[in-house]
Amino acid sequence: MTLAPGTRVKVRDDWPETRGPCHIRTPHYLRGETGTVVRHLGDFPNPEDLAFARPAARLPLYHVRFALPAIWPEPHAGDEILAEVFGPWLEEA
Amino acid sequence: MEHDLPPEDRPHAMHDIGGVSRFMCEPVDPSPHTLTAFDREVDAIRQILGMKQVMSVDELRRGIEALPEADYHRLSYYQRWMLSITGTLVAKGVFTEAELAAALRDA
Repeated sequence: MTLAPGTRVKVRDDWPETRGPCHIRTPHYLRGETGTVVRHLGDFPNPEDLAFARPAARLPLYHVRFALPAIWPEPHAGDEILAEVFGPWLEEA
Repeated sequence: MEHDLPPEDRPHAMHDIGGVSRFMCEPVDPSPHTLTAFDREVDAIRQILGMKQVMSVDELRRGIEALPEADYHRLSYYQRWMLSITGTLVAKGVFTEAELAAALRDA
Protein backbone atom coordinates (compact mmCIF):
# COMPACT_ATOMS: atom_id res chain seq x y z
CA MET A 1 0.00 0.00 0.00
CA THR A 2 1.31 3.43 -0.92
CA LEU A 3 0.75 6.33 1.47
CA ALA A 4 -1.12 9.21 -0.16
CA PRO A 5 0.12 12.81 -0.03
CA GLY A 6 -1.26 14.53 3.04
CA THR A 7 -1.24 11.38 5.19
CA ARG A 8 -0.11 12.10 8.75
CA VAL A 9 2.64 9.68 9.70
CA LYS A 10 4.77 8.92 12.73
CA VAL A 11 8.38 7.79 12.32
CA ARG A 12 9.03 4.63 14.33
CA ASP A 13 10.85 5.32 17.61
CA ASP A 14 13.22 2.45 16.88
CA TRP A 15 16.97 2.33 17.52
CA PRO A 16 18.64 -0.50 15.56
CA GLU A 17 21.98 1.13 16.49
CA THR A 18 21.53 -0.35 19.97
CA ARG A 19 21.16 -3.90 18.61
CA GLY A 20 24.30 -4.36 16.53
CA PRO A 21 25.86 -3.48 13.15
CA CYS A 22 23.42 -1.66 10.89
CA HIS A 23 23.08 1.03 8.23
CA ILE A 24 20.12 3.30 8.90
CA ARG A 25 19.04 6.13 6.62
CA THR A 26 16.41 7.56 9.00
CA PRO A 27 18.10 10.33 11.02
CA HIS A 28 17.92 10.04 14.79
CA TYR A 29 16.18 13.40 15.18
CA LEU A 30 13.11 12.20 13.23
CA ARG A 31 12.51 9.00 15.23
CA GLY A 32 9.21 9.22 17.07
CA GLU A 33 8.25 12.48 15.30
CA THR A 34 5.02 13.07 13.39
CA GLY A 35 4.97 14.60 9.91
CA THR A 36 3.00 14.72 6.67
CA VAL A 37 3.61 12.72 3.48
CA VAL A 38 4.39 15.11 0.61
CA ARG A 39 4.79 12.54 -2.13
CA HIS A 40 5.85 8.99 -3.00
CA LEU A 41 9.26 9.30 -4.70
CA GLY A 42 9.30 5.76 -6.12
CA ASP A 43 10.36 2.32 -4.92
CA PHE A 44 14.04 1.61 -4.23
CA PRO A 45 16.07 -1.37 -2.92
CA ASN A 46 16.34 -1.25 0.86
CA PRO A 47 19.73 0.35 1.69
CA GLU A 48 19.68 -1.38 5.10
CA ASP A 49 20.20 -4.66 3.19
CA LEU A 50 22.32 -3.30 0.31
CA ALA A 51 24.82 -2.08 2.89
CA PHE A 52 25.52 -5.71 3.83
CA ALA A 53 25.34 -7.04 0.23
CA ARG A 54 22.11 -8.88 1.13
CA PRO A 55 19.18 -9.32 -1.27
CA ALA A 56 17.18 -6.10 -0.95
CA ALA A 57 13.42 -5.71 -1.35
CA ARG A 58 12.19 -2.60 -3.17
CA LEU A 59 10.53 -0.28 -0.67
CA PRO A 60 8.46 2.88 -1.16
CA LEU A 61 10.41 6.06 -0.41
CA TYR A 62 8.56 9.21 0.63
CA HIS A 63 9.21 12.87 1.06
CA VAL A 64 7.87 13.65 4.53
CA ARG A 65 7.53 17.20 5.88
CA PHE A 66 8.08 17.94 9.58
CA ALA A 67 7.40 21.19 11.37
CA LEU A 68 10.80 22.22 12.65
CA PRO A 69 9.92 23.59 16.10
CA ALA A 70 9.18 20.10 17.40
CA ILE A 71 12.59 18.81 16.37
CA TRP A 72 15.31 21.42 16.26
CA PRO A 73 16.43 23.88 18.94
CA GLU A 74 16.29 27.60 18.13
CA PRO A 75 13.76 27.34 15.29
CA HIS A 76 12.52 30.25 13.22
CA ALA A 77 8.79 30.61 12.57
CA GLY A 78 7.71 28.54 9.59
CA ASP A 79 10.88 26.42 9.47
CA GLU A 80 10.35 22.84 8.39
CA ILE A 81 12.35 19.73 7.51
CA LEU A 82 11.75 17.76 4.32
CA ALA A 83 13.25 14.28 4.61
CA GLU A 84 13.34 11.10 2.54
CA VAL A 85 11.99 8.23 4.65
CA PHE A 86 11.39 4.61 3.63
CA GLY A 87 7.90 3.17 4.12
CA PRO A 88 8.70 0.61 6.85
CA TRP A 89 9.86 3.47 9.10
CA LEU A 90 6.42 5.13 8.91
CA GLU A 91 3.13 4.34 10.60
CA GLU A 92 -0.10 6.26 10.12
CA ALA A 93 -0.49 8.80 12.91
CA MET B 1 11.47 6.82 24.83
CA GLU B 2 14.74 7.80 23.17
CA HIS B 3 13.24 10.58 21.05
CA ASP B 4 12.39 12.50 24.23
CA LEU B 5 16.09 12.62 25.13
CA PRO B 6 18.24 15.58 24.06
CA PRO B 7 20.03 14.81 20.75
CA GLU B 8 23.36 14.24 22.53
CA ASP B 9 21.89 11.49 24.67
CA ARG B 10 20.11 9.50 21.95
CA PRO B 11 21.85 6.29 20.87
CA HIS B 12 22.60 7.74 17.43
CA ALA B 13 25.46 6.64 15.20
CA MET B 14 28.53 8.89 15.06
CA HIS B 15 27.78 10.12 11.51
CA ASP B 16 24.14 10.94 12.39
CA ILE B 17 24.98 14.34 13.87
CA GLY B 18 21.99 16.52 12.92
CA GLY B 19 20.90 18.63 15.89
CA VAL B 20 23.77 17.46 18.11
CA SER B 21 24.96 20.66 19.79
CA ARG B 22 28.59 19.58 19.94
CA PHE B 23 28.71 19.97 16.15
CA MET B 24 26.31 22.90 15.89
CA CYS B 25 28.86 24.99 17.80
CA GLU B 26 31.70 24.21 15.38
CA PRO B 27 32.29 26.52 12.42
CA VAL B 28 31.69 25.00 8.98
CA ASP B 29 34.14 25.71 6.15
CA PRO B 30 31.90 26.26 3.11
CA SER B 31 34.71 27.05 0.65
CA PRO B 32 35.17 24.65 -2.30
CA HIS B 33 37.79 21.99 -1.64
CA THR B 34 40.36 21.19 -4.31
CA LEU B 35 40.44 17.48 -5.08
CA THR B 36 43.86 15.87 -4.76
CA ALA B 37 45.18 13.13 -7.04
CA PHE B 38 44.51 10.72 -4.17
CA ASP B 39 40.89 11.90 -3.91
CA ARG B 40 40.31 11.40 -7.65
CA GLU B 41 41.91 7.97 -7.61
CA VAL B 42 39.81 6.77 -4.67
CA ASP B 43 36.66 8.06 -6.35
CA ALA B 44 37.58 6.27 -9.59
CA ILE B 45 38.26 3.00 -7.74
CA ARG B 46 34.85 3.20 -6.05
CA GLN B 47 33.14 3.80 -9.38
CA ILE B 48 34.89 0.81 -10.97
CA LEU B 49 33.98 -1.42 -8.00
CA GLY B 50 30.36 -0.32 -8.38
CA MET B 51 30.27 -0.85 -12.15
CA LYS B 52 31.76 -4.32 -11.74
CA GLN B 53 29.29 -5.02 -8.93
CA VAL B 54 32.05 -5.84 -6.47
CA MET B 55 30.95 -3.26 -3.89
CA SER B 56 27.97 -0.92 -3.67
CA VAL B 57 27.85 2.66 -2.45
CA ASP B 58 25.69 1.41 0.44
CA GLU B 59 28.50 -0.92 1.52
CA LEU B 60 30.88 2.03 1.24
CA ARG B 61 28.70 4.06 3.60
CA ARG B 62 28.33 1.23 6.09
CA GLY B 63 32.11 0.77 6.13
CA ILE B 64 32.62 4.48 6.79
CA GLU B 65 30.08 4.40 9.61
CA ALA B 66 31.92 1.42 11.15
CA LEU B 67 35.28 3.23 11.40
CA PRO B 68 36.56 3.89 14.92
CA GLU B 69 35.11 7.25 15.98
CA ALA B 70 38.51 8.89 16.51
CA ASP B 71 39.57 7.87 12.97
CA TYR B 72 36.25 9.03 11.52
CA HIS B 73 36.76 12.58 12.80
CA ARG B 74 40.51 12.67 12.04
CA LEU B 75 40.48 11.37 8.46
CA SER B 76 39.67 13.28 5.29
CA TYR B 77 36.54 12.46 3.29
CA TYR B 78 38.37 10.25 0.77
CA GLN B 79 40.63 8.70 3.39
CA ARG B 80 37.44 7.41 5.01
CA TRP B 81 36.37 6.03 1.62
CA MET B 82 39.71 4.28 1.16
CA LEU B 83 39.56 2.57 4.56
CA SER B 84 35.97 1.51 3.94
CA ILE B 85 36.88 0.10 0.52
CA THR B 86 39.90 -1.86 1.73
CA GLY B 87 38.03 -3.13 4.81
CA THR B 88 35.05 -4.26 2.74
CA LEU B 89 37.19 -5.96 0.09
CA VAL B 90 39.18 -7.83 2.76
CA ALA B 91 35.92 -8.89 4.45
CA LYS B 92 34.58 -10.13 1.09
CA GLY B 93 37.76 -12.07 0.36
CA VAL B 94 38.73 -10.04 -2.72
CA PHE B 95 42.23 -9.81 -1.23
CA THR B 96 43.78 -10.57 2.14
CA GLU B 97 45.26 -8.24 4.76
CA ALA B 98 48.66 -9.73 3.92
CA GLU B 99 48.24 -9.02 0.20
CA LEU B 100 47.16 -5.45 1.01
CA ALA B 101 50.17 -4.95 3.28
CA ALA B 102 52.50 -6.34 0.63
CA ALA B 103 51.02 -4.09 -2.07
CA LEU B 104 51.43 -1.03 0.17
CA ARG B 105 55.04 -2.02 0.91
CA ASP B 106 55.81 -2.33 -2.80
CA ALA B 107 54.00 0.88 -3.77
